Amino acid sequence: METPITKNIRAGNGPPDLKSYEWAGGYRAVRKALTGMTPQAVQDAVTASNLKGRGGAGFPTGKKWAFVPMGAEARRPKYLVVNADEMEPGTFKDRLLLEGDPHQLIEGAIVSAYALEAEIAYIFVRWEYREAARRVARAIVEARGAGYLGSNILGSGYNLEIYLHVSAGRYICGEENGLLDALEGKRPIPRSKPPFPQTCGLWGRPTVVNNVETICNIPHIVNNGADWFKSLSRSEDGGTKLYGASGRVKRPGLWELPMGTSLREIIEEHAGGMREGFSFRAAQPGGASTEFLPKEQIDVKMDFDSVQKAGSRLGTGTIIVLDDRTCPVGAVHNLEMFFARESCGWCTPCREGLPWVREILWSIEEGRGEAGDLERLETQCWQLAPGHTFCALAPGAVEPLQSALKIFREDFDRHIREKRCPWK
Amino acid sequence: MITDEEKKEIRELMSHYATARAAGPEALKIVQNHRGWVSAESLKAVAEMLDMSCEELDSVATFYNMIFRKPVGRHVMLICDSISCYIARYDMLLDHLNRTHGIRMGETTPDGRFTLLPAACLGACDHAPAMMIDETLYGDLTPEKMDNILGKYQ
Repeated sequence: METPITKNIRAGNGPPDLKSYEWAGGYRAVRKALTGMTPQAVQDAVTASNLKGRGGAGFPTGKKWAFVPMGAEARRPKYLVVNADEMEPGTFKDRLLLEGDPHQLIEGAIVSAYALEAEIAYIFVRWEYREAARRVARAIVEARGAGYLGSNILGSGYNLEIYLHVSAGRYICGEENGLLDALEGKRPIPRSKPPFPQTCGLWGRPTVVNNVETICNIPHIVNNGADWFKSLSRSEDGGTKLYGASGRVKRPGLWELPMGTSLREIIEEHAGGMREGFSFRAAQPGGASTEFLPKEQIDVKMDFDSVQKAGSRLGTGTIIVLDDRTCPVGAVHNLEMFFARESCGWCTPCREGLPWVREILWSIEEGRGEAGDLERLETQCWQLAPGHTFCALAPGAVEPLQSALKIFREDFDRHIREKRCPWK
Repeated sequence: MITDEEKKEIRELMSHYATARAAGPEALKIVQNHRGWVSAESLKAVAEMLDMSCEELDSVATFYNMIFRKPVGRHVMLICDSISCYIARYDMLLDHLNRTHGIRMGETTPDGRFTLLPAACLGACDHAPAMMIDETLYGDLTPEKMDNILGKYQ
């Protein structure tokens, strides 16, 4: 089984430096693309590969790129932004790629920026990823020293600068438009779309925002081709996926596996199953903002379409396992506490609705729940649904809530009926 | 007022962006690195450098979790309170800290040694419960392990 994006990563070791990365075949894709392919040819390869964005939304990367104006008429400079603001609770996959193989990310950024004819790229890292930021900064310096960045890279006539931007901690900065505001030094709030960033992004210029894992796949697609990439997958979506699991499993961790590996295989084989004394109750397949999947859905294939059909989202592909000894009402309260705190406050349903949801859940958990509370929560799920807010924060916040109200209905009822948390 | 060294670091970052104000968040962090927090005077000096009004820059400063507009202790402890750490019972760490150091979230120990703040997922879910002290990440915490770690910070 091939594991292209984690093959250089050794647990406990530092990341490969420039020399070892080159020795392992690194920067071959930069040479191949910049000296032998047109930007359009790189885009075509990515489109043909069926690579879908790994940040959570699963939008086809090639299609996202195709909206960028190309050629002499395009407004410049154009920008590529690598979204390394990984802050979705339960998600820790991009940290592995940033810390474990920063040159792979730099190489992916160079090839992607070339495909978009972008002159400037930013790597937007969350504040808390200190070690990741240090390693990426070092890799940028090494890459510039070796002539992979700067003017006339490898004699191709192509120029690119990459800058590291270290944020200061806010979930909304991971939202595409919030991220652009943050980079412009404004108070980050979502913008209404259209216009889309590909035509009017950073400082009004064409901009593409891609997730770390997405970018790390690009050099391998350029080196090995779209057919190879598709052959890695067990589903329609191309490639491997960096899956993770946390919660009361025996071996929490991350594994690069074929896209479409089943939830059961990840939990039972790779994570070693549940710890002694705990049993599997439900799981969020891809971070805090994804709907719970009950035990009956454990055979779902973890690709974008299959998880959607099962009633949730693949999201980031890092699974949060809820066991039978954790109170589901308390867990959902914890999720909503996060979303209420991270709401940017720009639009009313989110700013006012999420604290309300949090308070109702807390009162139920504390044994102060009343008849009608669950209906009030259901109303909020509708009021915070897509289309009622500027961005996906609030709709994402109510995804776990609405699924919990169905799957754990009896647990909610019991809290209200018995006026206490049965887990305490 | 800010020092020449701070100004030099800020100017260097300004060159990375199309506008001066874009360096705002990083400029505030530079000041904070040197002083521990961002006072009204420092904010005013940075705003002047970036050609912004103080109010505008403060609207940015107050938005971010990691820019401190009030003094903090010598060490900042970020305890992850997100879902994987909830399942791993981070609340036991908070209770322990309250018993041993008398602080809750948002508070500073009377000796000024630690400020305790909540943190959104630290991306260490496979080692929950997790925390950061200053710039160092710690995982797989228990109250005993936490005591040993805290002893290293004076």
